[in-house]
Amino acid sequence: MKAINKHTGKTVPLDRVNIDTDQIIPKQFLKRIERTGYGKYLFYDWRFNQDGSLNIEFILNKDKYKNASILLTGENFGSGSSREHAPWALNDYGFQIIIAPSFADIFYNNCFQNGILPIKLSKEKVKKLIGKSEKINDFTLNIDLESQRIWDTEEEISEYFEIEKFRKHCLQNGLDDIGLTLEKEKEIKIFESNRSNIGGIVKNN
Amino acid sequence: MSKIHKTLFEKIWEAHVVYEQKDQPSILYVDLHMIHEVTSPQAFEGLRLAKRKVRRPDLTIAVADHSIPTWIGRDSISDPIAKQQVETLSENCEEFGVQLYDMYHKNQGIVHVIGPDLGLTQPGKIIVCGDSHTSTNGAFGSFAMGIGTSEVEHVLATQTLRQFKPKTMNIHIKGSLPNGVTAKDLILGIIKNIGISGAVGHAIEYTGEAITNLSMEGRMTVCNMSIEAGGRAGMIAPDMKTIKYLEGKAFSPKGKDFEKAKNSWLNLKTDEDAVYDKKIIINSENFEPFVTWGTNPGMVAPITGKIPNPENSTDADEKISIEKALEYMGLKPDTKIEDIKIDRVFIGSCTNSRIEDLESAAKIVENKKVNSNVNAMVVPGSTLVKSIAEKKGLDKIFKDAGFEWREAGCSMCLGMNPDILQPQERCASTSNRNFEGRQGKGGRTHLVSPEMAAAAAIAGHFIDTREI
Ligand code: SF4
Repeated sequence: MKAINKHTGKTVPLDRVNIDTDQIIPKQFLKRIERTGYGKYLFYDWRFNQDGSLNIEFILNKDKYKNASILLTGENFGSGSSREHAPWALNDYGFQIIIAPSFADIFYNNCFQNGILPIKLSKEKVKKLIGKSEKINDFTLNIDLESQRIWDTEEEISEYFEIEKFRKHCLQNGLDDIGLTLEKEKEIKIFESNRSNIGGIVKNN
Repeated sequence: MSKIHKTLFEKIWEAHVVYEQKDQPSILYVDLHMIHEVTSPQAFEGLRLAKRKVRRPDLTIAVADHSIPTWIGRDSISDPIAKQQVETLSENCEEFGVQLYDMYHKNQGIVHVIGPDLGLTQPGKIIVCGDSHTSTNGAFGSFAMGIGTSEVEHVLATQTLRQFKPKTMNIHIKGSLPNGVTAKDLILGIIKNIGISGAVGHAIEYTGEAITNLSMEGRMTVCNMSIEAGGRAGMIAPDMKTIKYLEGKAFSPKGKDFEKAKNSWLNLKTDEDAVYDKKIIINSENFEPFVTWGTNPGMVAPITGKIPNPENSTDADEKISIEKALEYMGLKPDTKIEDIKIDRVFIGSCTNSRIEDLESAAKIVENKKVNSNVNAMVVPGSTLVKSIAEKKGLDKIFKDAGFEWREAGCSMCLGMNPDILQPQERCASTSNRNFEGRQGKGGRTHLVSPEMAAAAAIAGHFIDTREI
């Protein structure tokens, strides 16, 4: 996994609450067996009209927000299905940072597995960022994971954000969870031998 | 440090900790890992690239359910991409030695239906699956949760999962359920009450008379939709109903082993003095049959009610959400729920496709005809449920009334197979998500109980099942 330490990028405001993973990536694109190439399907039903043409009304399609890498959005982002295709699509499209007042649990977790940093800020603070992003052309934010800070170029905004130590450490070093867990092979073996009743349950029929 | 008085969740959690360290997610042992074709191919690919094996194929089970067709006698998959996905599952299971129930197998069904069906789901277990409705299994007093594909790979490789401990939450239902109000209405009422992010970060335990009075299948319906309230998991302590349900199931322990298991299962409950991080008390005595009117499962109205008017909303975000939802759903504020006409009916999904669901729907449609403007279908949750239903003659009741009778699978719950809504078609559905486009681009979904769906199929619009 790619490490994240610092990031500077353009923002795009998607000012809706409760955006679910069915919107982030609709089900017709979940049949693929690859992990890459989902960017073109991101927010598909919103980005494209019924006839397949570009929906120029949708914010991601506006010239002003081309190449944004920071998504600003509403509460409970990523609710619904556990599909990891959602962070795959966001990442493949170019998003590295998502800022919202709150995230759904599974989605939040999935982000860290894929080198996306989800940042929780209060509703008022996110609203303020959204306001700026709507008003100012190329509204850019800087993020530093080490100091857990976000600021804009004029330094009018400077915020601290919370993140669990462990998740931060993994993101900064691009660590693979499986490798880390396998270092505890001995503990897993001991657990298994202490619980003789686990085993064979699905094959004995 | 472990507490003296523990909740059901804490007991299960502690029994599964392989390793823990401050500020780190705990490593938990997984007793049962279920996989399906949609969220597993990239996980197996990861194993191959890292030259890793499946650590415990004997604790892993795979089933094809999401992308497969459900027409009777299905013998091929016409969509080449879906076909490749299902074939990839077979190849991966073959290569890594995992038991697979493919679409021809007698144990096949929706992944969350077959665990309980076969007795694989048991109290006290940690059960995971790359699918959010894994919470269904919590009805047996297990800790069951959905995970992402990277975590599927993690479980395959290590038989463990790294997890930060969720908080505990008790949803206590006060009073009993009024006549004619079902488990589906109960959970829709709960979500209406606490909101779709009301349980984020929490493992829910449901308690109260209305919960214990439910059948095991009703309890599964409630736990199934815990995720729709944002919950990490939903669970109900095991009791004699749980024991009876599991007795004699294919993978349940047998003879003396069952007696032994029974005693430990019955002891699995929250200690009297245990404290939950959050406790919510909900009075269910005024619950009615519910119908969702919007584009998330918290947008719920009673059958005797009306579509809300955004003008009455004081919160700006809420007002916009209501407006957007009504625009998508093609509905006008203040319309009576009973006046909403429907085009399609879908009885199925891991929420409501078990035998009792089909029986209660069949009771309503018996000797009646589906309204001429409505297309209606029944998709049993598993091949086992389908065969039991056929033995009871339910298939005949449905077919005589004009319903389509299908093979088991996810089907129109999310339309990854050919069963989809056309744009603007309106569907009364017993599934769990009414998100935009969930059942097909532009499709409009109203979530209801099997009884309400059946009654709407006959009437052509929603009607109060208590008045039939
Ligand atoms: S029936 Fe629907 S909700 Fe349940 S597992 Fe299948 S697609 Fe998911």
